[in-house]
Amino acid sequence: MGSRLVPPHGDPVAPETSAVVSITVDGVTVDGLLGQTLAGVLLASDRLAWRTTSFGDRPRGLFCGIGTCFDCLIMVNGQRNVRACQRRAVEGDRVEFHRDLPFLDDQFDDGPLA
Amino acid sequence: MGKRNVIVVGAGIIGAAIARVLQQRDMDVTIVDRGATAGGTSSSGEGNLLVSDKGPGPELELAQHSLRLWRGLAKDLQFEAGVDFPALEFQSKGGMVAAFGSVQSEALVQFADAQRRAGVEARPLSTEDALAIEPELSPSISSVMHYPEDAQVQPAIATEAFLASARAAGTRVLVDTDVLGPLCDSAGRIVGVRTDRGDFAADDVVVAAGPWSGQVAGVLGGTLSILPRKGFLLVTARMPHSIFHKVYDADYVGAVGSDDRELQISTVIESTAAGTVLIGSSRQHVGFDGALDVEAIRQIAVRAVRLMPFLSQATIIRTYSGFRPFARDHLPVIGPDHRVPGLWYAAGHEGAGIGLAPATAEMLASLMVGEQPTISASPFSPGRASLVGLLSRRE
Repeated sequence: MGSRLVPPHGDPVAPETSAVVSITVDGVTVDGLLGQTLAGVLLASDRLAWRTTSFGDRPRGLFCGIGTCFDCLIMVNGQRNVRACQRRAVEGDRVEFHRDLPFLDDQFDDGPLA
Repeated sequence: MGKRNVIVVGAGIIGAAIARVLQQRDMDVTIVDRGATAGGTSSSGEGNLLVSDKGPGPELELAQHSLRLWRGLAKDLQFEAGVDFPALEFQSKGGMVAAFGSVQSEALVQFADAQRRAGVEARPLSTEDALAIEPELSPSISSVMHYPEDAQVQPAIATEAFLASARAAGTRVLVDTDVLGPLCDSAGRIVGVRTDRGDFAADDVVVAAGPWSGQVAGVLGGTLSILPRKGFLLVTARMPHSIFHKVYDADYVGAVGSDDRELQISTVIESTAAGTVLIGSSRQHVGFDGALDVEAIRQIAVRAVRLMPFLSQATIIRTYSGFRPFARDHLPVIGPDHRVPGLWYAAGHEGAGIGLAPATAEMLASLMVGEQPTISASPFSPGRASLVGLLSRRE
Protein backbone atom coordinates (compact mmCIF):
# COMPACT_ATOMS: atom_id res chain seq x y z
CA MET A 1 0.00 0.00 0.00
CA GLY A 2 1.30 3.38 -0.92
CA SER A 3 1.73 6.67 0.78
CA ARG A 4 -1.73 7.90 -0.22
CA LEU A 5 -3.52 5.40 1.99
CA VAL A 6 -4.75 6.77 5.28
CA PRO A 7 -3.85 4.20 7.97
CA PRO A 8 -7.03 2.77 9.55
CA HIS A 9 -6.25 4.21 12.98
CA GLY A 10 -5.96 7.73 11.52
CA ASP A 11 -8.93 7.43 9.15
CA PRO A 12 -11.82 9.74 10.17
CA VAL A 13 -14.22 7.27 8.52
CA ALA A 14 -13.12 4.78 11.21
CA PRO A 15 -13.51 1.63 9.11
CA GLU A 16 -14.51 -1.44 11.11
CA THR A 17 -12.51 -3.83 9.03
CA SER A 18 -9.43 -3.72 6.93
CA ALA A 19 -10.00 -7.02 5.15
CA VAL A 20 -7.93 -7.25 2.01
CA VAL A 21 -9.37 -7.35 -1.50
CA SER A 22 -7.06 -8.38 -4.35
CA ILE A 23 -7.45 -7.15 -7.89
CA THR A 24 -5.12 -7.20 -10.87
CA VAL A 25 -4.07 -3.99 -12.58
CA ASP A 26 -2.69 -4.65 -16.05
CA GLY A 27 -1.81 -8.16 -14.82
CA VAL A 28 -0.12 -7.05 -11.60
CA THR A 29 -1.81 -8.06 -8.35
CA VAL A 30 -2.74 -5.09 -6.18
CA ASP A 31 -4.25 -5.36 -2.73
CA GLY A 32 -6.80 -2.91 -1.42
CA LEU A 33 -9.19 -2.74 1.48
CA LEU A 34 -12.63 -4.24 1.24
CA GLY A 35 -15.07 -1.40 0.61
CA GLN A 36 -12.68 0.77 -1.35
CA THR A 37 -13.58 1.92 -4.81
CA LEU A 38 -11.30 0.94 -7.65
CA ALA A 39 -10.10 4.54 -7.67
CA GLY A 40 -9.29 4.19 -3.98
CA VAL A 41 -7.31 1.01 -4.55
CA LEU A 42 -5.45 2.56 -7.49
CA LEU A 43 -4.59 5.75 -5.61
CA ALA A 44 -3.49 3.77 -2.56
CA SER A 45 -1.13 1.85 -4.81
CA ASP A 46 0.34 5.16 -5.99
CA ARG A 47 -1.23 5.03 -9.42
CA LEU A 48 -2.41 8.49 -10.50
CA ALA A 49 -3.37 7.97 -14.15
CA TRP A 50 -5.17 5.05 -15.77
CA ARG A 51 -6.45 6.51 -18.98
CA THR A 52 -5.28 8.78 -21.81
CA THR A 53 -7.31 11.41 -23.65
CA SER A 54 -8.53 10.99 -27.22
CA PHE A 55 -6.50 13.94 -28.41
CA GLY A 56 -2.91 14.35 -27.30
CA ASP A 57 -2.73 11.19 -25.18
CA ARG A 58 -2.78 13.21 -21.98
CA PRO A 59 -2.86 11.17 -18.76
CA ARG A 60 -6.10 11.10 -16.74
CA GLY A 61 -7.08 9.62 -13.39
CA LEU A 62 -9.34 10.78 -10.58
CA PHE A 63 -10.70 14.31 -10.92
CA CYS A 64 -14.06 14.88 -9.23
CA GLY A 65 -14.19 11.59 -7.37
CA ILE A 66 -17.98 11.70 -7.12
CA GLY A 67 -19.13 10.21 -10.41
CA THR A 68 -19.80 13.43 -12.26
CA CYS A 69 -16.84 14.15 -14.51
CA PHE A 70 -16.24 10.75 -16.14
CA ASP A 71 -12.50 11.48 -16.14
CA CYS A 72 -11.55 8.33 -14.20
CA LEU A 73 -12.80 5.80 -16.75
CA ILE A 74 -11.12 2.44 -16.63
CA MET A 75 -11.61 -0.99 -18.09
CA VAL A 76 -12.91 -3.60 -15.61
CA ASN A 77 -13.31 -7.27 -16.49
CA GLY A 78 -13.35 -6.34 -20.19
CA GLN A 79 -15.96 -3.63 -19.79
CA ARG A 80 -14.89 -0.19 -20.99
CA ASN A 81 -15.96 3.17 -19.57
CA VAL A 82 -16.32 2.16 -15.94
CA ARG A 83 -15.99 5.08 -13.51
CA ALA A 84 -13.29 3.99 -11.11
CA CYS A 85 -14.67 6.29 -8.40
CA GLN A 86 -18.11 4.64 -8.49
CA ARG A 87 -17.15 0.96 -8.62
CA ARG A 88 -16.24 -0.86 -5.43
CA ALA A 89 -13.34 -3.25 -5.81
CA VAL A 90 -14.42 -6.89 -5.89
CA GLU A 91 -12.03 -9.77 -5.25
CA GLY A 92 -10.46 -10.84 -8.53
CA ASP A 93 -11.43 -7.73 -10.54
CA ARG A 94 -9.34 -7.51 -13.67
CA VAL A 95 -8.55 -3.84 -14.16
CA GLU A 96 -6.85 -2.57 -17.29
CA PHE A 97 -5.55 0.77 -18.44
CA HIS A 98 -8.28 2.46 -20.54
CA ARG A 99 -6.49 2.80 -23.82
CA ASP A 100 -8.12 5.09 -26.34
CA LEU A 101 -9.42 3.77 -29.62
CA PRO A 102 -8.07 4.86 -32.97
CA PHE A 103 -10.34 6.95 -35.19
CA LEU A 104 -11.27 5.05 -38.32
CA ASP A 105 -9.88 7.62 -40.73
CA ASP A 106 -8.77 4.99 -43.18
CA GLN A 107 -12.31 3.71 -43.52
CA PHE A 108 -13.79 6.81 -45.10
CA ASP A 109 -14.52 6.34 -48.75
CA ASP A 110 -13.49 9.91 -49.43
CA GLY A 111 -10.36 9.58 -47.30
CA PRO A 112 -8.45 12.42 -45.74
CA LEU A 113 -7.12 14.83 -48.35
CA ALA A 114 -3.73 15.36 -46.83
CA MET B 1 -28.11 42.83 -66.88
CA GLY B 2 -26.58 41.58 -63.65
CA LYS B 3 -26.57 38.11 -62.26
CA ARG B 4 -29.80 36.52 -61.05
CA ASN B 5 -29.99 37.23 -57.38
CA VAL B 6 -31.41 34.52 -55.09
CA ILE B 7 -32.10 34.47 -51.35
CA VAL B 8 -32.21 31.04 -49.73
CA VAL B 9 -33.90 30.93 -46.33
CA GLY B 10 -32.30 28.16 -44.29
CA ALA B 11 -28.65 27.22 -43.74
CA GLY B 12 -29.26 23.51 -43.33
CA ILE B 13 -28.13 20.92 -45.82
CA ILE B 14 -30.95 21.60 -48.29
CA GLY B 15 -30.32 25.35 -48.40
CA ALA B 16 -26.56 24.81 -48.51
CA ALA B 17 -26.78 22.30 -51.37
CA ILE B 18 -29.08 24.67 -53.27
CA ALA B 19 -26.74 27.62 -52.77
CA ARG B 20 -23.82 25.61 -54.14
CA VAL B 21 -25.71 24.55 -57.28
CA LEU B 22 -27.17 28.01 -57.96
CA GLN B 23 -23.73 29.50 -57.51
CA GLN B 24 -22.38 27.03 -60.07
CA ARG B 25 -25.10 28.28 -62.43
CA ASP B 26 -23.67 31.76 -62.05
CA MET B 27 -26.37 33.14 -59.78
CA ASP B 28 -25.68 35.44 -56.87
CA VAL B 29 -26.80 33.68 -53.67
CA THR B 30 -27.45 34.92 -50.14
CA ILE B 31 -28.38 32.43 -47.42
CA VAL B 32 -30.37 33.77 -44.49
CA ASP B 33 -30.90 31.77 -41.30
CA ARG B 34 -32.49 32.91 -38.06
CA GLY B 35 -30.03 30.72 -36.12
CA ALA B 36 -26.70 29.10 -36.90
CA THR B 37 -25.58 27.07 -39.90
CA ALA B 38 -26.51 23.38 -39.69
CA GLY B 39 -28.33 24.37 -36.51
CA GLY B 40 -31.57 22.44 -36.86
CA THR B 41 -32.54 19.14 -38.41
CA SER B 42 -29.26 18.84 -40.36
CA SER B 43 -27.29 18.30 -37.18
CA SER B 44 -29.89 16.20 -35.36
CA GLY B 45 -29.82 12.99 -37.37
CA GLU B 46 -27.51 10.18 -38.35
CA GLY B 47 -26.61 11.31 -41.86
CA ASN B 48 -28.52 8.60 -43.65
CA LEU B 49 -28.14 8.15 -47.39
CA LEU B 50 -30.65 5.34 -47.83
CA VAL B 51 -32.54 3.49 -50.48
CA SER B 52 -33.43 0.53 -48.23
CA ASP B 53 -36.29 2.28 -46.44
CA LYS B 54 -38.06 3.49 -49.56
CA GLY B 55 -40.63 1.61 -51.59
CA PRO B 56 -40.98 2.11 -55.35
CA GLY B 57 -42.13 5.60 -56.28
CA PRO B 58 -40.94 9.16 -56.75
CA GLU B 59 -39.08 9.41 -53.44
CA LEU B 60 -37.08 6.27 -54.22
CA GLU B 61 -36.24 7.67 -57.67
CA LEU B 62 -35.08 10.90 -56.08
CA ALA B 63 -33.07 8.94 -53.51
CA GLN B 64 -31.42 6.73 -56.14
CA HIS B 65 -30.44 9.76 -58.19
CA SER B 66 -29.24 11.59 -55.10
CA LEU B 67 -27.12 8.63 -53.99
CA ARG B 68 -25.46 8.62 -57.40
CA LEU B 69 -24.72 12.32 -56.97
CA TRP B 70 -23.40 11.75 -53.43
CA ARG B 71 -20.80 9.26 -54.61
CA GLY B 72 -19.16 11.95 -56.73
CA LEU B 73 -19.92 14.75 -54.31
CA ALA B 74 -18.17 13.19 -51.35
CA LYS B 75 -14.88 13.77 -53.15
CA ASP B 76 -15.82 17.00 -54.93
CA LEU B 77 -17.00 18.68 -51.72
CA GLN B 78 -13.85 17.69 -49.90
CA PHE B 79 -11.88 19.34 -52.68
CA GLU B 80 -14.09 22.44 -52.94
CA ALA B 81 -14.18 22.98 -49.18
CA GLY B 82 -10.40 23.01 -48.95
CA VAL B 83 -7.56 20.92 -47.60
CA ASP B 84 -8.08 21.95 -44.02
CA PHE B 85 -11.72 20.87 -44.02
CA PRO B 86 -12.54 17.84 -41.86
CA ALA B 87 -13.43 14.60 -43.63
CA LEU B 88 -17.10 14.21 -44.54
CA GLU B 89 -16.99 10.68 -43.13
CA PHE B 90 -18.74 9.35 -46.22
CA GLN B 91 -19.02 5.60 -45.80
CA SER B 92 -20.67 3.36 -48.35
CA LYS B 93 -21.18 0.71 -45.70
CA GLY B 94 -24.49 -0.78 -46.80
CA GLY B 95 -27.60 -1.48 -44.79
CA MET B 96 -28.80 -4.67 -43.11
CA VAL B 97 -32.48 -5.02 -42.35
CA ALA B 98 -33.38 -7.79 -39.92
CA ALA B 99 -36.84 -9.26 -39.47
CA PHE B 100 -38.16 -11.10 -36.43
CA GLY B 101 -40.77 -13.81 -37.01
CA SER B 102 -42.41 -15.09 -40.16
CA VAL B 103 -44.92 -12.27 -40.63
CA GLN B 104 -42.25 -9.57 -40.60
CA SER B 105 -39.94 -11.74 -42.74
CA GLU B 106 -42.59 -12.15 -45.38
CA ALA B 107 -43.31 -8.42 -45.44
CA LEU B 108 -39.60 -7.70 -45.79
CA VAL B 109 -39.20 -10.16 -48.66
CA GLN B 110 -42.17 -8.67 -50.52
CA PHE B 111 -40.95 -5.13 -49.92
CA ALA B 112 -37.48 -6.06 -51.19
CA ASP B 113 -38.95 -7.74 -54.28
CA ALA B 114 -40.76 -4.53 -55.19
CA GLN B 115 -37.61 -2.49 -54.53
CA ARG B 116 -35.53 -4.81 -56.69
CA ARG B 117 -37.91 -4.26 -59.62
CA ALA B 118 -37.28 -0.54 -59.11
CA GLY B 119 -33.54 -1.06 -59.40
CA VAL B 120 -32.53 -1.31 -55.74
CA GLU B 121 -29.91 -3.87 -54.80
CA ALA B 122 -31.51 -6.02 -52.10
CA ARG B 123 -29.86 -9.34 -51.28
CA PRO B 124 -31.46 -11.85 -48.95
CA LEU B 125 -28.92 -13.32 -46.52
CA SER B 126 -29.16 -16.48 -44.49
CA THR B 127 -28.90 -15.94 -40.75
CA GLU B 128 -25.42 -17.52 -40.82
CA ASP B 129 -24.22 -15.27 -43.63
CA ALA B 130 -25.65 -12.23 -41.89
CA LEU B 131 -23.94 -13.11 -38.62
CA ALA B 132 -20.69 -13.69 -40.47
CA ILE B 133 -20.57 -10.07 -41.63
CA GLU B 134 -22.46 -8.51 -38.69
CA PRO B 135 -21.50 -10.73 -35.74
CA GLU B 136 -23.34 -8.81 -33.01
CA LEU B 137 -26.76 -9.26 -34.62
CA SER B 138 -29.17 -11.22 -32.47
CA PRO B 139 -29.06 -14.90 -33.46
CA SER B 140 -32.84 -15.00 -33.03
CA ILE B 141 -33.49 -12.95 -36.18
CA SER B 142 -35.58 -14.74 -38.78
CA SER B 143 -34.30 -13.18 -41.98
CA VAL B 144 -31.99 -10.45 -43.19
CA MET B 145 -31.91 -8.26 -46.29
CA HIS B 146 -28.63 -6.65 -47.30
CA TYR B 147 -28.74 -3.30 -49.13
CA PRO B 148 -25.19 -2.62 -50.35
CA GLU B 149 -26.09 0.85 -51.70
CA ASP B 150 -26.97 2.43 -48.34
CA ALA B 151 -24.39 4.94 -47.18
CA GLN B 152 -23.70 7.42 -44.42
CA VAL B 153 -22.17 10.85 -44.08
CA GLN B 154 -21.48 13.11 -41.09
CA PRO B 155 -24.42 15.46 -41.67
CA ALA B 156 -23.17 18.61 -39.94
CA ILE B 157 -19.78 18.40 -41.65
CA ALA B 158 -21.49 17.70 -44.97
CA THR B 159 -23.71 20.78 -44.53
CA GLU B 160 -20.70 22.93 -43.70
CA ALA B 161 -18.90 21.52 -46.74
CA PHE B 162 -21.74 22.58 -49.05
CA LEU B 163 -21.64 26.00 -47.38
CA ALA B 164 -17.87 26.27 -47.69
CA SER B 165 -18.09 25.39 -51.36
CA ALA B 166 -20.88 27.94 -51.95
CA ARG B 167 -19.01 30.62 -49.98
CA ALA B 168 -15.86 30.04 -51.99
CA ALA B 169 -17.92 30.69 -55.11
CA GLY B 170 -19.38 33.91 -53.70
CA THR B 171 -22.40 32.99 -51.57
CA ARG B 172 -23.05 35.24 -48.57
CA VAL B 173 -24.29 33.50 -45.41
CA LEU B 174 -26.21 35.65 -42.90
CA VAL B 175 -26.85 33.85 -39.63
CA ASP B 176 -28.92 35.12 -36.68
CA THR B 177 -31.10 36.90 -39.21
CA ASP B 178 -34.87 36.63 -38.97
CA VAL B 179 -36.99 36.88 -42.08
CA LEU B 180 -39.88 39.21 -41.23
CA GLY B 181 -41.75 39.46 -44.51
CA PRO B 182 -41.59 39.71 -48.28
CA LEU B 183 -40.68 42.64 -50.45
CA CYS B 184 -43.17 42.63 -53.32
CA ASP B 185 -43.56 44.65 -56.49
CA SER B 186 -46.89 46.12 -57.56
CA ALA B 187 -47.78 42.91 -59.42
CA GLY B 188 -47.37 40.83 -56.24
CA ARG B 189 -44.10 39.24 -57.27
CA ILE B 190 -41.54 38.66 -54.53
CA VAL B 191 -38.56 40.93 -55.06
CA GLY B 192 -36.75 40.32 -51.78
CA VAL B 193 -37.15 39.80 -48.05
CA ARG B 194 -37.43 42.04 -45.05
CA THR B 195 -35.25 40.91 -42.15
CA ASP B 196 -34.33 42.20 -38.72
CA ARG B 197 -31.02 43.21 -40.28
CA GLY B 198 -32.50 45.17 -43.15
CA ASP B 199 -34.09 44.58 -46.54
CA PHE B 200 -32.50 42.35 -49.15
CA ALA B 201 -33.55 42.51 -52.78
CA ALA B 202 -33.72 39.29 -54.79
CA ASP B 203 -35.08 37.94 -58.04
CA ASP B 204 -36.16 34.74 -56.27
CA VAL B 205 -36.60 33.52 -52.71
CA VAL B 206 -36.17 29.84 -51.83
CA VAL B 207 -37.61 28.47 -48.59
CA ALA B 208 -35.43 25.60 -47.33
CA ALA B 209 -36.09 25.91 -43.61
CA GLY B 210 -36.72 22.25 -42.80
CA PRO B 211 -39.53 21.75 -40.29
CA TRP B 212 -39.94 25.54 -39.99
CA SER B 213 -40.58 25.92 -43.73
CA GLY B 214 -44.33 26.23 -43.24
CA GLN B 215 -43.88 29.20 -40.92
CA VAL B 216 -41.35 30.87 -43.23
CA ALA B 217 -43.64 30.33 -46.21
CA GLY B 218 -46.48 31.91 -44.25
CA VAL B 219 -44.36 34.93 -43.32
CA LEU B 220 -43.54 35.38 -47.00
CA GLY B 221 -47.17 35.20 -48.10
CA GLY B 222 -47.07 31.62 -49.35
CA THR B 223 -48.85 28.48 -48.18
CA LEU B 224 -47.04 25.32 -47.23
CA SER B 225 -47.91 22.71 -44.64
CA ILE B 226 -44.84 21.15 -43.06
CA LEU B 227 -45.09 19.64 -39.58
CA PRO B 228 -42.31 18.69 -37.15
CA ARG B 229 -41.95 14.97 -36.49
CA LYS B 230 -39.77 14.57 -33.44
CA GLY B 231 -37.10 11.91 -33.09
CA PHE B 232 -34.58 10.87 -30.44
CA LEU B 233 -31.11 9.39 -30.85
CA LEU B 234 -28.92 7.74 -28.23
CA VAL B 235 -25.14 8.01 -28.45
CA THR B 236 -22.81 5.46 -26.84
CA ALA B 237 -19.30 5.98 -25.60
CA ARG B 238 -16.61 5.14 -28.13
CA MET B 239 -16.14 1.42 -28.44
CA PRO B 240 -14.02 -0.95 -30.51
CA HIS B 241 -15.49 -1.07 -34.01
CA SER B 242 -18.14 -3.78 -33.79
CA ILE B 243 -21.02 -2.65 -36.03
CA PHE B 244 -20.18 -2.67 -39.69
CA HIS B 245 -23.40 -1.79 -41.51
CA LYS B 246 -26.36 0.39 -40.87
CA VAL B 247 -28.51 -2.12 -39.02
CA TYR B 248 -32.30 -1.78 -38.89
CA ASP B 249 -35.25 -3.63 -37.55
CA ALA B 250 -37.57 -4.49 -40.46
CA ASP B 251 -40.34 -2.44 -38.86
CA TYR B 252 -38.40 0.71 -39.86
CA VAL B 253 -40.07 0.59 -43.24
CA GLY B 254 -43.54 0.57 -41.75
CA ALA B 255 -42.85 3.52 -39.47
CA VAL B 256 -41.43 5.87 -42.09
CA GLY B 257 -44.56 5.71 -44.17
CA SER B 258 -46.93 5.64 -41.23
CA ASP B 259 -49.31 8.40 -40.28
CA ASP B 260 -49.74 7.22 -36.70
CA ARG B 261 -49.47 10.17 -34.35
CA GLU B 262 -48.51 8.12 -31.30
CA LEU B 263 -44.92 7.38 -30.30
CA GLN B 264 -43.38 4.94 -32.76
CA ILE B 265 -40.09 3.16 -32.25
CA SER B 266 -38.13 1.48 -34.99
CA THR B 267 -34.58 0.39 -34.40
CA VAL B 268 -31.72 1.90 -36.37
CA ILE B 269 -28.14 1.26 -35.24
CA GLU B 270 -24.87 2.39 -36.76
CA SER B 271 -21.37 3.16 -35.69
CA THR B 272 -19.64 6.40 -36.56
CA ALA B 273 -16.07 6.94 -37.64
CA ALA B 274 -15.28 8.30 -34.18
CA GLY B 275 -16.24 4.97 -32.61
CA THR B 276 -19.52 6.02 -31.02
CA VAL B 277 -22.68 4.15 -31.91
CA LEU B 278 -25.89 5.99 -32.81
CA ILE B 279 -29.10 4.28 -31.74
CA GLY B 280 -32.52 5.36 -32.95
CA SER B 281 -35.22 5.96 -33.70
CA SER B 282 -38.49 7.41 -32.55
CA ARG B 283 -41.27 9.29 -34.30
CA GLN B 284 -43.67 11.57 -32.50
CA HIS B 285 -45.97 14.42 -33.41
CA VAL B 286 -45.59 16.73 -30.42
CA GLY B 287 -45.11 20.05 -32.20
CA PHE B 288 -41.81 21.79 -31.52
CA ASP B 289 -41.57 20.43 -27.97
CA GLY B 290 -37.91 19.48 -27.60
CA ALA B 291 -38.24 18.14 -24.06
CA LEU B 292 -36.47 14.97 -22.95
CA ASP B 293 -38.82 11.99 -23.08
CA VAL B 294 -37.49 9.17 -20.90
CA GLU B 295 -40.12 6.72 -22.12
CA ALA B 296 -39.12 7.23 -25.76
CA ILE B 297 -35.45 6.79 -24.88
CA ARG B 298 -36.18 3.70 -22.80
CA GLN B 299 -38.12 2.10 -25.62
CA ILE B 300 -35.37 2.86 -28.14
CA ALA B 301 -32.82 1.23 -25.84
CA VAL B 302 -34.95 -1.87 -25.21
CA ARG B 303 -35.57 -2.40 -28.90
CA ALA B 304 -31.91 -1.86 -29.78
CA VAL B 305 -30.84 -4.55 -27.32
CA ARG B 306 -33.33 -6.94 -28.93
CA LEU B 307 -31.60 -6.41 -32.29
CA MET B 308 -27.99 -6.32 -31.03
CA PRO B 309 -27.85 -7.83 -27.53
CA PHE B 310 -24.26 -6.73 -26.81
CA LEU B 311 -25.52 -3.15 -26.57
CA SER B 312 -26.93 -3.96 -23.12
CA GLN B 313 -23.35 -3.41 -21.89
CA ALA B 314 -22.81 -0.19 -23.84
CA THR B 315 -22.53 3.15 -22.06
CA ILE B 316 -24.91 5.84 -23.30
CA ILE B 317 -23.12 9.18 -23.06
CA ARG B 318 -25.92 11.38 -24.34
CA THR B 319 -29.20 11.59 -26.16
CA TYR B 320 -30.54 14.26 -28.44
CA SER B 321 -33.69 15.00 -30.32
CA GLY B 322 -34.57 16.76 -33.53
CA PHE B 323 -37.51 17.54 -35.76
CA ARG B 324 -38.06 15.95 -39.14
CA PRO B 325 -39.78 18.19 -41.68
CA PHE B 326 -42.91 16.19 -42.33
CA ALA B 327 -45.15 16.61 -45.37
CA ARG B 328 -48.57 15.03 -45.10
CA ASP B 329 -48.12 12.80 -48.18
CA HIS B 330 -44.54 11.85 -47.18
CA LEU B 331 -42.98 13.51 -50.23
CA PRO B 332 -40.62 16.47 -50.34
CA VAL B 333 -42.01 19.71 -51.74
CA ILE B 334 -39.72 21.02 -54.47
CA GLY B 335 -40.73 23.80 -56.84
CA PRO B 336 -42.50 27.15 -57.16
CA ASP B 337 -45.44 28.42 -55.14
CA HIS B 338 -47.87 28.91 -58.00
CA ARG B 339 -49.67 31.70 -56.15
CA VAL B 340 -46.62 33.80 -55.30
CA PRO B 341 -44.31 34.38 -58.26
CA GLY B 342 -40.67 34.31 -57.24
CA LEU B 343 -41.23 32.09 -54.19
CA TRP B 344 -39.79 28.55 -54.28
CA TYR B 345 -39.85 25.63 -51.86
CA ALA B 346 -37.43 22.83 -51.06
CA ALA B 347 -38.73 21.26 -47.87
CA GLY B 348 -40.55 18.32 -46.32
CA HIS B 349 -37.83 15.69 -46.66
CA GLU B 350 -38.77 14.11 -43.34
CA GLY B 351 -35.87 11.88 -42.20
CA ALA B 352 -34.21 11.69 -45.60
CA GLY B 353 -33.00 15.24 -46.20
CA ILE B 354 -29.29 14.51 -45.97
CA GLY B 355 -29.59 11.81 -48.60
CA LEU B 356 -31.97 13.78 -50.81
CA ALA B 357 -30.17 17.14 -50.64
CA PRO B 358 -28.02 16.86 -53.80
CA ALA B 359 -30.89 15.73 -56.05
CA THR B 360 -33.24 18.28 -54.49
CA ALA B 361 -30.80 21.09 -55.19
CA GLU B 362 -30.25 19.92 -58.75
CA MET B 363 -34.00 19.65 -59.37
CA LEU B 364 -34.77 23.07 -57.95
CA ALA B 365 -31.98 24.68 -59.97
CA SER B 366 -33.29 23.06 -63.17
CA LEU B 367 -36.82 24.31 -62.45
CA MET B 368 -35.56 27.81 -61.72
CA VAL B 369 -33.85 28.13 -65.10
CA GLY B 370 -36.65 26.38 -67.01
CA GLU B 371 -34.76 23.19 -67.77
CA GLN B 372 -36.19 19.70 -67.68
CA PRO B 373 -34.95 18.13 -64.39
CA THR B 374 -33.11 14.79 -64.58
CA ILE B 375 -36.07 13.08 -62.96
CA SER B 376 -39.66 14.25 -63.10
CA ALA B 377 -40.41 17.10 -60.70
CA SER B 378 -44.20 16.87 -60.91
CA PRO B 379 -44.64 14.42 -57.98
CA PHE B 380 -42.85 16.99 -55.79
CA SER B 381 -44.76 20.01 -57.01
CA PRO B 382 -46.11 22.29 -54.25
CA GLY B 383 -49.35 22.32 -56.24
CA ARG B 384 -49.75 18.53 -56.42
CA ALA B 385 -53.13 16.94 -55.85
CA SER B 386 -52.10 15.07 -52.70
CA LEU B 387 -51.40 18.36 -50.94
CA VAL B 388 -54.57 20.13 -52.10
CA GLY B 389 -56.80 20.76 -49.14
CA LEU B 390 -53.78 20.70 -46.87
CA LEU B 391 -52.42 23.87 -48.39
CA SER B 392 -55.22 25.98 -47.03
CA ARG B 393 -55.25 24.33 -43.64
CA ARG B 394 -53.06 26.05 -41.05
CA GLU B 395 -51.91 23.96 -38.13
